[in-house]
Amino acid sequence: MSLYALSKLLFDLNRNEAVKTAFKADPREVAAGYSLTEEERGALLTPDIGLLYVLGVNGQILMHFAALCGIEWSDYLQRMRDGVKTHGPVRAGIYALTTSPDEKVAG
Amino acid sequence: MSLVFAGVCSHAPGITGREERAPKDLHDGFYAALDGLRQALDAARPDAVIVVAAEHFANFFMNNMPAFAVGMAETYVGPIEDPAWLRIPRREVKGAPDLSKRLVEEMMQTVDVAYCEEWQFDHGIMVPLHFLDPDNQRVIIPANINCQGPPLTPLHRAWAFGEAIRRAADKVPERIALVATGGISHWPATPDSGRINEAWDRQFLTHWAAQDREAMLSYTDAQTYVDAGQGGFEIRTFIAAAAAARGSGTLHYYAPIPIWAVGCTVATLEIA
Repeated sequence: MSLYALSKLLFDLNRNEAVKTAFKADPREVAAGYSLTEEERGALLTPDIGLLYVLGVNGQILMHFAALCGIEWSDYLQRMRDGVKTHGPVRAGIYALTTSPDEKVAG
Repeated sequence: MSLVFAGVCSHAPGITGREERAPKDLHDGFYAALDGLRQALDAARPDAVIVVAAEHFANFFMNNMPAFAVGMAETYVGPIEDPAWLRIPRREVKGAPDLSKRLVEEMMQTVDVAYCEEWQFDHGIMVPLHFLDPDNQRVIIPANINCQGPPLTPLHRAWAFGEAIRRAADKVPERIALVATGGISHWPATPDSGRINEAWDRQFLTHWAAQDREAMLSYTDAQTYVDAGQGGFEIRTFIAAAAAARGSGTLHYYAPIPIWAVGCTVATLEIA
């Protein structure tokens, strides 16, 4: 249920301008509105893209959050690889890494 | 009047957002193919274009995920992404609620369609529109097949949706075009972005162009995930287009372009 809440927060953030504005002003306040574990809350607020990826956030949601955080494409890809190296394999969902964490496919 | 056009194209956000990072010959070849698709669409003189998409959580989420959805709004807005990131300016797109309603009513005779009077477009629709409707003149009716949040829409139901679209299009007096947009194999938004299984893509496109329904519907999600990544689940949009058009397909362009994260595809189908 918690990954659902984390994903829902990011979904709301990606598509809703009011949530975006609120998140920029006070991300903790926005996060408080969702039932997150401490690990999820930390990953969101840091933001730790690699850990969010490992937690199982769908890439289509995470990609937009990374862009919102101003993270450039190649950096986004690298952060996910680094996340797998640091935190281990992706724990849920359908966006698991299929190559080696040290491999670079494109970008 | 009838279905007057059916085509498919890729929609990966890198096509516009990372435009300059592709090799020039591939960039120019694919952009020219999209231009050709626009000309073919224009030549069909459609009154409205149904875009069968595989959206990525712009509207539909796991709180209430429809297997199929069709837009019924006066207007649509997109992209939801940062326009600077996608490099497509935000626009308001014309809808046709009355036409949508008549189409949905007919589709519902065989397929349970969710209708939507609100809908925001993500790159899955905006990238195609950027090329196919650069002046924002067209009337658009978005349609969606769940290719993102498992359990996914079964392939044979995607086929049934295509059949329903065709029946509905043939029943209204307007000229209806269909553009389906999706994969084929790709691992988008993951560190594997850029991985493309060209052999798998070409095999699927061969089945698709030949209207080989049995072969298309024999793919399983488990095997597609292994061979073609989660992006491969978007074959549903191609399958719906084949079912709607009934005629053979012509592949106008296919090339893996890793920095854009997908085997870039442009194809059309005969309306039969």
